[in-house]
Amino acid sequence: MEGKVAHDWRLRGQRYRLEGEECPHCKAKIFPPRDICPECKRPAKEPYRLSGRGEVYTFSTLNSAPEGFENYTPYTVALVKLEEGPMITAQLTDVAPEDVRIGMPVEMVTRKLRAQGDEGTIIYGYKFRPTGLGHAH
Amino acid sequence: MREVAIIGIGQTPVREHWPISLRHLALEASLNALHDANIERVDAVYVGNMMSGEITGQEHLGALLADSLGQTGAEALKVEAACASGSAAFRVGMMAVASGMNDLVLVTGVEKMTDTSGRETTAALAMAADAEYEVAQGVSFVSLNALLMRRYMYEYGWERKDFANFVVTAHSNGMNNPNAMFHMKVTPEQYARCATIADPVGLLDASPVCDGAAAVILAPAEYARTLSPAPIRVRGSGIATAPVAVHDRKDPLALEAARLSAKRAYDMAKVKPQDISFFELHDAFTIMSALSLEASGFAERGQGVRLALDGEITLQGRLPIATMGGLKSRGHPVGATGMYQIVETVLQLRGLAGKNQLPNARLGMVQNIGGSGATIITTILEAMS
Ligand SMILES: [Zn+2]
Repeated sequence: MEGKVAHDWRLRGQRYRLEGEECPHCKAKIFPPRDICPECKRPAKEPYRLSGRGEVYTFSTLNSAPEGFENYTPYTVALVKLEEGPMITAQLTDVAPEDVRIGMPVEMVTRKLRAQGDEGTIIYGYKFRPTGLGHAH
Repeated sequence: MREVAIIGIGQTPVREHWPISLRHLALEASLNALHDANIERVDAVYVGNMMSGEITGQEHLGALLADSLGQTGAEALKVEAACASGSAAFRVGMMAVASGMNDLVLVTGVEKMTDTSGRETTAALAMAADAEYEVAQGVSFVSLNALLMRRYMYEYGWERKDFANFVVTAHSNGMNNPNAMFHMKVTPEQYARCATIADPVGLLDASPVCDGAAAVILAPAEYARTLSPAPIRVRGSGIATAPVAVHDRKDPLALEAARLSAKRAYDMAKVKPQDISFFELHDAFTIMSALSLEASGFAERGQGVRLALDGEITLQGRLPIATMGGLKSRGHPVGATGMYQIVETVLQLRGLAGKNQLPNARLGMVQNIGGSGATIITTILEAMS
């Protein structure tokens, strides 16, 4: 289940490093890993790390959040079209909701997703921020 | 394969049913359907439901309902396909009769959503999405629809106000449905001003959390006339899937499972979109109505909103939708919704839709959408002359 220790440990490669796959047959890049190429439907298990660069395909700012995220509203989620092809769902960070635009270039960063459970285990994962912010600061 | 007919229908009002349990909601709708069909026993019971485990702590609804009905021993199953669970159970019931495995079948859709807090119910609904790669990022079910709506507006140049008639029409139709959750008119101004949940989706773009149950009795069409004065034939049925996560779909605005399931239903019925008299679509969100109209062949891509703007979707229009209020006004008790859509379509085809009766209702189409579009089921019904 989501939020269980073994489950979060199992996903560490994807959450911290965007570890996906490359199809040996058609060279499609795949994220998240699914072992069957969504393009040519053949087996595809070659590890491939995505660059984390992409652009905003669409976005929405939540005023009402699901359980576990209620302390973080308002926050903005987006579909990010990665430069290697796959699309990924993630929160945007380091940008005001009113400044987000479709087509805006973004890059992956590792951030706290939420604290959870009585012990307050902190879940980290990928978010995306406007490209270039790292150099400006 | 045998032709299948609906010989009885039943429903409960859609409400926040504080005094009534999950079991009793299902029982009431089922007994109403058995009474309408004038039969006492069935060979099998199929229950459509999404969230009973999460909300009520109760699974195993097939055996539970069969027992509650005094039909212990009958074949019974729960069928789950997120918000499409109702139509999924109907599809299983139809296949059971069509194959000759069973003759008389009860299909009941039921959902009890108000036994938990709003946040817990929201989290339970989000289980229809991809837990690891959508929900873990903090998206809600509403925000998935918001992502689609924003991209749709961007690609085709619509504004939020252009969706207003989907809401105005549904609420207007719901006024005359005693079983609807809401009996309140909504004006375009009220739609424009409502609170934002996840922009651009506002409170009035979304359907309400509620409780309800609806049921039908199925029988082989060849005997249906001896059992019912007004049997309804299942002319077409199609089910199709797409990736569960929106980001895994090649073209997120295409609602590919709707296109495929509608095509399969049209092919089975040997009809075209222009033959359909009215369309009970899945207006859980205004964007879903637009995408469903396009994928089902009623509008060009990006032009589903045009049908609402031009008034084509009203009771007097070319393609009436949500004729008894739709998910917006009748309500969206998720696993029951598909069965409400079918029961209301039967009412129209029997000529029993009251003030909302369509004058020439011949072929009615129902489309029930699971999740953000991963399971979509389309059913075409016709009165047996
Ligand atoms: Zn491939």
